[in-house]
Amino acid sequence: MLPGCLRQSKKNTSVNSLSSEGGSGATPAPSVTKMTSEIRPATSVTPRQASANKGGRREHIIGWLFVIPALLMYASFVLLPLLMSVQYSFFRWNGIGAMTWVGLDNYATVLDDPDLLGTVFNAFRLVVFFSFIPVSLGLVVASIMHRMATGRLGEIARTVLFLPQVIPLVAAGIIWGWLLALPGLINEILRAIGFGEVTRAWLGDFDWALPAVGFIGIWVLLGFCTVLLWTGMTKLDPALFESARIDGASWFTEFTRITVPLLRNEIGVCLTVTVIAALAAFDIVYVSTAGGPGNSTAVPGIQIYILAFTEQRIGPASALAVILMLLVLIVILPIQRLNREAT
Amino acid sequence: MRIDRGELVAGRALLLGLMAITILPFISIFMTALHPSGTVPRGLEWPADPQWGNFIEAFNVANMTALLGSSAFIVLAVVPAALIISTMAGFAIGHLRIPGSRLLLGLFVFGLTLPFGGIIVPLYYLERAIGIYNTRLAIVLPLIGLYMPFAVFWMRAHFVNMPAEISEAARVDGATIWDLFWRIQLPLARAPITSLGILMSVWTWNQFLLALVLVEDPAERTMAGALGAFQGHYATNVPLLCAGTILILLPTLIVFILFQRQIIAALLQGSVKG
Repeated sequence: MLPGCLRQSKKNTSVNSLSSEGGSGATPAPSVTKMTSEIRPATSVTPRQASANKGGRREHIIGWLFVIPALLMYASFVLLPLLMSVQYSFFRWNGIGAMTWVGLDNYATVLDDPDLLGTVFNAFRLVVFFSFIPVSLGLVVASIMHRMATGRLGEIARTVLFLPQVIPLVAAGIIWGWLLALPGLINEILRAIGFGEVTRAWLGDFDWALPAVGFIGIWVLLGFCTVLLWTGMTKLDPALFESARIDGASWFTEFTRITVPLLRNEIGVCLTVTVIAALAAFDIVYVSTAGGPGNSTAVPGIQIYILAFTEQRIGPASALAVILMLLVLIVILPIQRLNREAT
Repeated sequence: MRIDRGELVAGRALLLGLMAITILPFISIFMTALHPSGTVPRGLEWPADPQWGNFIEAFNVANMTALLGSSAFIVLAVVPAALIISTMAGFAIGHLRIPGSRLLLGLFVFGLTLPFGGIIVPLYYLERAIGIYNTRLAIVLPLIGLYMPFAVFWMRAHFVNMPAEISEAARVDGATIWDLFWRIQLPLARAPITSLGILMSVWTWNQFLLALVLVEDPAERTMAGALGAFQGHYATNVPLLCAGTILILLPTLIVFILFQRQIIAALLQGSVKG
């Protein structure tokens, strides 16, 4: 019954559309034929739309029912808290007592307090380690895999380099917390190769703690970037490389002239993922330094946690949270746009 | 194809060096874990008398049986539910193209960049207010919500590429929308659903911040969350801490080695689509 119905309605609508065209086309004949020939593809679409509209309302409602569970979870546990963050940021509140409206005071607090604003700068310093180094080093390593380790070696290298990506970040933090400690492996290696005088508790050193945390980030993210970029390279036309070689190009020329420009899209993806990882860093920092020594490795995520859950200053914590979310958007959008232009 | 010999040697040396740097930390903590509990061993030294008992001690101290159960519960509560509702939403947005689907997609995509830290404070007060704070639901429900941007985006990307003809043929044969989804589209979406499931399982297992803030009792947390607490207690007992860390990352390592291809492929596709 239904199929017949559908076919019927299709026929009807197409007849209708034709006749209406005929009706309106009381104008000079040539233009009418031109019109109909132009419209032909359109008429072949309209019946489908019309039939969709017929049972449409009911179908749309059913379609929306399919979306509602996901939307509901997303709205209740992401969008609602997001709005609450914005709301809290305008109040003074200790989490228990009454909330007092303070306007933009919390934002002023964050921007005035060098310790709080410093977390934002620390986050950007982490971007160098979490993002720029893994992406550039990843490009080099991926290119080496692509050109010089096509067989078993490359396969093993990809598995090995990817390992740190799947373990919990907390575990990475604990492992490196031990390796970078005074009696740990790093200092032992340094002593063995004759740099005994530079050994120190890397994560407890005011100058070195942030680079040390950054190094953990490199360890975690390098494999991800490498494998992603390598996948991109395998999709490039091998003829490009052949002809470059015939022209006498070295690996380096080939790398800078062919590989990097053609991988703009993948590089953009790597940058997006790693920049977010840097700006939103929490797990590694919390476990390895907890923001210390002093505030030398405090990043917004850590500071929000401390402000809200140890100092009970919900207002500034929320203002910093809002700033963090805006910051991520501001940094990511240009990368995304650049990406889109490239494709 | 000719590659300069010097380049070849330098390139492969760099690869091997980086592999060593990646692996060495694992070897170091493994050897450390075998030293007598409470000592401070050197970074890379096979112990004279390997203390395999450290793993048993860490297993008991970390209350690993309860922990494995708790993590498994959380994963089993989060992943199937998130898979079902995100697949349905992806189907409606990508395939049925209901009115407003562009807007809906934009709304979900917006959530992709959101740092968890941005909403953790209100989440805490929200959960206190509705009475799920300090239960496993405190981790389960927000995680389902937080995965929606990625999961819906991922499933939509699959459904948007499914040819409309399949559905139209089914509709002509009298299938309802539910039949269409359940009997035709769902079996065809097995691959992206599997990848998404693996990804969300690993993310859930490794989730730290939510567990730290929203659940006080480590035995009710995820693996990663419990590891944080374990570190707090045994920061000074390095061998035991290393043994505990190994136990906690062992499941993810095993899963990775078993499903290596799928995990890598899923993670890469996921980020490319994102």
